[in-house]
Amino acid sequence: MDIYLVEALLNGLLLGGVLALLALGLNLIFGVIDVVWIAYAELVMCGMYVVYWLLALAALIAILSVAVLGLLVHQLIIAPILGSPAINQLLATGGLLFFLQSFATLLFGTDFRNIGLRLPILEFADMNVSFARLIAFGVAVLGAGALYGFLSKSFLGTAIRAIGQDREIVGLMGVDQRRIYLVTSAIGGALAGLAACLLVLQYDVHPFIGLSFGPITFMICVLGGLGNMLGGFVAAFIMSEIISVGGFYFSQEIGEVLAFVVFIALIFVRPQGIFGRS
Amino acid sequence: MLEIDNLSAAYGSFQALFGINLRVDAGETVGVIGPNGAGKTTLMRVISGLLPGRAGKLAFEGRALTGVPAYRVVARGIAHVPENRRLFPKLTVEENLRIGAYMPQARKHFGERLAWVYELFPRLAERRTQLAGTMSGGEQQMCAIARALMSKPKLLLLDEPSAGLAPLVVQQVFDLVRKIRSEGFTVLIVEQNVQQLLELVDRAYLLEVGRIKLSGMAAELKANAFVRQAYLGL
Repeated sequence: MDIYLVEALLNGLLLGGVLALLALGLNLIFGVIDVVWIAYAELVMCGMYVVYWLLALAALIAILSVAVLGLLVHQLIIAPILGSPAINQLLATGGLLFFLQSFATLLFGTDFRNIGLRLPILEFADMNVSFARLIAFGVAVLGAGALYGFLSKSFLGTAIRAIGQDREIVGLMGVDQRRIYLVTSAIGGALAGLAACLLVLQYDVHPFIGLSFGPITFMICVLGGLGNMLGGFVAAFIMSEIISVGGFYFSQEIGEVLAFVVFIALIFVRPQGIFGRS
Repeated sequence: MLEIDNLSAAYGSFQALFGINLRVDAGETVGVIGPNGAGKTTLMRVISGLLPGRAGKLAFEGRALTGVPAYRVVARGIAHVPENRRLFPKLTVEENLRIGAYMPQARKHFGERLAWVYELFPRLAERRTQLAGTMSGGEQQMCAIARALMSKPKLLLLDEPSAGLAPLVVQQVFDLVRKIRSEGFTVLIVEQNVQQLLELVDRAYLLEVGRIKLSGMAAELKANAFVRQAYLGL
């Protein structure tokens, strides 16, 4: 096989890690609270700014501050409209998207900023692999593994998985729904914060960076079956490979166009997502 | 232990319970019988806090239970096995039991209670890694009761445990309830299977269109002419 194709495949795999992390966070919130956070990637953008401004303790502070942001999003925006029709919830988080973009523009201007940390490109077997991507992939997979362990082994994690299956009966087990929603929103935020730490190593941050990850994250979640964590995880790697390999044969832009085309085609064949049940 | 005084409840504008008086003493097994739509399930839901009572008094161990949300009622020592079992179908048997021990005071004893419940229901130990939704109705009922026992309740509410089960399995479920009774639990049980229920309980109440029509010792109700004609088909 062509060594450059292998390189593209490898890069696709590495890109998939971070996308999988974002898909997990979005799916978690959808599965548990039954709400779609349209502004999810804008939380990533906020996190990237935090890393940019506070490089010293950056990673930890970024993760924690986006977790708090997630908590606030739930408490201030979602909780008051939890019982209202889905379209209203969608519009509310859509409004948040524009608010965060404009607010960031107001605070930071539209400059592209990078943390000025240039990690080396690794060369092996004639392939070039970015060290930043390698770190991002490794940390993303570790993060996903930690989330899996938490959800499957702990009391709180089990309650988080149970609540989407029967919202009323969890109360009989002593579970306070409102608390679970807050915890879930904070975990979703923390995942966005972690992704922000990883992405800021590779991309410049600007107020509209969320648009680079938001649509693709939603496609991944829908492709994997909304709310299906495993489906989203796998779909992230499918999409990232299409983008990377498509980019290798044509160009980066065509790679992304291809991803959308494959997405639309697959959704026609399996509207419930590749792992969803009809 | 449980005292209900002049309790009323409603779903929106539809009133389901009118001035209910009911009492359960520690160590007793008490039954509530009555036709479909009499308000039996509503009564259970008000006790466990899933539905707020409209008027009247509800007290457990001398402390008011009115307006307490469901997740706090469990902590007071009341576990509710809901109608239709309502297991978490995509969690395994053991994960369902783990949620049953979600409360802080139950978590500490999770290991020993799990062992105790598996000893009580050996079938569940065999099925511990199976998804709860894929088990038979009788096994699911067993799991639902076990899940409630994980909180080591002082009072166990059982809502129609035999509903939708094959006759042979119904017999097994009643045997299970006898077993729990003999473990010393106080039980309030709602059933449509009147004959079987009156063999099991100490006392019973007859609920019709949201009102208590009759109450008494199981033997008295078995001998009552109205109950014999309308519910026992004799």
